[in-house]
Amino acid sequence: MIAAIFSLTVLGVALGLMLGVADRIFAVEGNPFIAEIEAMMPGSQCGQCGYPGCAVAAKAIAEREASVTICPPGGKALAQSLAARLGVSLDMSEVKDTGPQLAAVAEDLCIGCCRCLKVCPTDAVVGAAKQIHNVLREACTGCGSCIEKCPTEALTMKPVPVALQHWVWPKPLAA
Amino acid sequence: MAFLDLFKSHWGVHPQDHKRPAADVPVRRLPLSSRLTIPLSQHVGASARPRVLVGQKVLKGECLAEAQGNISAPIHAPTSGTVVAIGEITAPHPSGLPMLAVTLEPDGEDRWTEPDVLTDPFSESPQAVAKKVAEAGVVGLGGATFPSAVKLALGLRSKVDTLIINGSECEPYLSCDDRLMRDRAADILSGVRLMLHTTGAREARVGIEDNKPEAIKAMFDAARGFGQIRIMPVPARYPMGSDRQLIVELTGREVPSDSRAADVGVLVNNVGTAHAVHQAVMLGRPLVSRLMTLNGGAMAYPGNYEVPIGTLVSDFVELSGGFSAAPARLIMGGPMMGNVLPHARVPVVKGTAGILAFTAAEVEEVESRHCIRCGTCIRACPMGLMPLEMAAHIRADRLEDAAKLGLTDCIACGCCAYVCPSRIPLVQYFYHAKGELSARERSKLRQEATRKMAAQRQDRLDREAREKAEIAAKRKAEREAAKAAAAKQPGAGVEA
Amino acid sequence: MNNSPYFRKPTSIQVIMFKVLVALLPAVAAYVWLLGAGILVNVALASITALAGEAAMLKVRGRPITPFLSDGSALVTAWLIALTFPPLSPWWLTVAGTLFAVVVVKQLYGGLGQNPFNPAMAAFAVMIVAFPALMSQWPSVGHPLDFSAQLKLILGGLRELDAITGATPLDALRTGLRESGHPVTITSVMNGNPAFGMAGGKGWELIVLGYLLGGLWLWQQKVITWHIPLAFLAVLGAIAGIFHLASPEHFASPLFHLASGGAMLGAFFILTDPISSATTPRGKLVFAAGAALLTWIIRSFGAYPDGVAFSVLLMNILVPLIDMYTQPPIFGHKEGGQKQ
Repeated sequence: MIAAIFSLTVLGVALGLMLGVADRIFAVEGNPFIAEIEAMMPGSQCGQCGYPGCAVAAKAIAEREASVTICPPGGKALAQSLAARLGVSLDMSEVKDTGPQLAAVAEDLCIGCCRCLKVCPTDAVVGAAKQIHNVLREACTGCGSCIEKCPTEALTMKPVPVALQHWVWPKPLAA
Repeated sequence: MAFLDLFKSHWGVHPQDHKRPAADVPVRRLPLSSRLTIPLSQHVGASARPRVLVGQKVLKGECLAEAQGNISAPIHAPTSGTVVAIGEITAPHPSGLPMLAVTLEPDGEDRWTEPDVLTDPFSESPQAVAKKVAEAGVVGLGGATFPSAVKLALGLRSKVDTLIINGSECEPYLSCDDRLMRDRAADILSGVRLMLHTTGAREARVGIEDNKPEAIKAMFDAARGFGQIRIMPVPARYPMGSDRQLIVELTGREVPSDSRAADVGVLVNNVGTAHAVHQAVMLGRPLVSRLMTLNGGAMAYPGNYEVPIGTLVSDFVELSGGFSAAPARLIMGGPMMGNVLPHARVPVVKGTAGILAFTAAEVEEVESRHCIRCGTCIRACPMGLMPLEMAAHIRADRLEDAAKLGLTDCIACGCCAYVCPSRIPLVQYFYHAKGELSARERSKLRQEATRKMAAQRQDRLDREAREKAEIAAKRKAEREAAKAAAAKQPGAGVEA
Repeated sequence: MNNSPYFRKPTSIQVIMFKVLVALLPAVAAYVWLLGAGILVNVALASITALAGEAAMLKVRGRPITPFLSDGSALVTAWLIALTFPPLSPWWLTVAGTLFAVVVVKQLYGGLGQNPFNPAMAAFAVMIVAFPALMSQWPSVGHPLDFSAQLKLILGGLRELDAITGATPLDALRTGLRESGHPVTITSVMNGNPAFGMAGGKGWELIVLGYLLGGLWLWQQKVITWHIPLAFLAVLGAIAGIFHLASPEHFASPLFHLASGGAMLGAFFILTDPISSATTPRGKLVFAAGAALLTWIIRSFGAYPDGVAFSVLLMNILVPLIDMYTQPPIFGHKEGGQKQ
């Protein structure tokens, strides 16, 4: 009787200690999953998803608070890879993918107010006060942050035309 | 033998070749059409940069656009005349997207520029000969249109020992290489010798499918006396003309998946390319025309034609004698790997081996069915892939899984779709998946660049804030110092 | 818009299925000659049921009926059912089996190409489990009943058991070996039993020959490849041979195994069903060898006289695994197999 109580107590204490130690040793710093999701995001910190920056959005997605389809610049491809990583099913009709778009300045409307320069997450708009601004095509990520800042609607999103060498055969219709 | 064949499992397929009677008709030369549109990008690599102006008069063979970048090729005037436009035209491509082209109005004189000939190319350095080839705008005429000079230089650098000359012409319906070998065997061999000189290879092996006995004979006769050139008939089996398959057939070497042919010591060039090299070096004539096959049930006069680059397909067909029946489908290239054309108002280019017009009876429009997993495609695939499994993955948008099964090794030869009893458009699945995967790759690169730019901006903002703070702190310190100094001075107390 | 190739081999599912039906004809002829025309009634019954069942399911699933119905796959399933079920089984057995094959095994899984199991064999397995007695009433060979008596058996459901029980050779062998209380050997069972002929069952050899002829023709027509039939027959023969040599009195000869039951039909017509069998060349060998091994084990030690149906179904389950591990070497990948 006493032997049984003793041995079970020892066993319990020993296993409990092991669990406690293991918890300390193998403790996970933060959530590596969030970092992984963040690495998949476009990283332009444009804020179109409603979260302040890609890291915050990644956290929300990883914690299943936000849908995998919230990132407009990421488009279909990002939604698909996020859905695959998170193991959730994806309704493609939810994804708004207008295809790649770039901002463009209408020279006759630009007044050189510099408001767009300040919000561009990649410094893709160049210009100076009272000078017509321009968008560097290579640097623009198509996030659209600048559009709403423009007081004269000189900035618009223009779809990028498909180049011949980048044209992709459509997927065959299933039988 | 046929009995034993039932046990063999060969890669490839044996389509009916439909090469004759078109192949037996002597080559005809087309009259000039009223307008030529010469695309600036007729090769793999960067498109050529125009160096003529609208309104400028040019002679035949004059450079219209020069190569830009390492992998590129110049474009020359196919005839003498006036440049009337430089702008977008419809590309000879199934997408029907626009591409840049120089439009030339021929003056009818067809006058050549002064040819710039290398008098004794074999005493020149390989580099000098390769430069000549580059200046003539010679590209691979087998369909890949890779700039030939770049390839020859690669051969020299990689110390290739064997040159493979591809005369297999395994695509059904096409016979331009066959015709070229029959009619201009000596010129081809001259080109081969030039290529041997340029690459430093010890020998050349010319592979010709055994369904072209006339071409084999002509090449044998012409090759007599050139010990380092061997004419080697190969069995007629599609896709024998694919680089990797032909290399195995002629040398027994298997090119590893992630390597180039040059890595196993061989270089593959088409017979048409050899001919173009001869013309460029020995005659000083740039690549401005080529042999093209006109074939298919809807053509009135099937055969081979010498066609200036830039001739519109519609003009080509009309000048040859038109259609004999309403064409249901126009194809540029062979029926196995060619491209369907959006319409006939597109120009022929350097890589065009032929134009096929099929009648409605020849175009078999059958609904595709579910895969019945018969595995015929696996046996047909020359690359040892499992087309049915890859297509199943792609159908379910699992492109990475398809890539794991070897999608990138697919050469899009079409054997799988050719034999499929369910008529599944397998090649389209693979084209789609490859395009989509490379698009994703591009967007990933772009994403990385974006992230870098965003980080740099953040750095800049931080730096600016820091500098501002520093300046503010400095100013404050100065102010305080000034204040303290003032306090020490007499009379300051009054102020305080 | 269409992608290359713009030139296709003149072949189709319809042609393949039609050739399979033609290849079954010699065996059907042998059946008629040996057992009378009753089998034709069952073939017709199964065909009509299969077509009707398929049409109904296509309608329910909202698929176009004519193109799918005309591919001939339902007919092949129907014929295989008619040929594997006892030739004079009552009409409702054939109809129920065929409906199960077409509706449950084929259409509910998504139709032609989507079914993981061979429909005919699944139907056979379900029916033999559900109606073991009816499914083992085979008519004796050589004394065909007249056609009206056969019709009565099929349509009237009248079971004059004496008239039709002949037991298949596999059945006779098993019963002989198991049920006589004293130790018996194969020779003592076979001697004196009229069911046994030269190679397998008396008269059944002819039907088996019919399957062999039809199968070889399919091979010559390149509808099937040599891999599955050869591997199946060779492995079945080899195992049977080894055990027969070791203990000829307890294990039947390889020839007996090859020439009786569903071995030949299975080798050329059932295991070669493209949809439910392995697709890679090496996979086909593994698939067929596995089926042969299972067939021999079930025949020798199992509860049912023949094991082809069960072994086919068991191997069907393994197909995805077999295909995965027998991927052919990719050109230019020295190590072969899966690309990393």
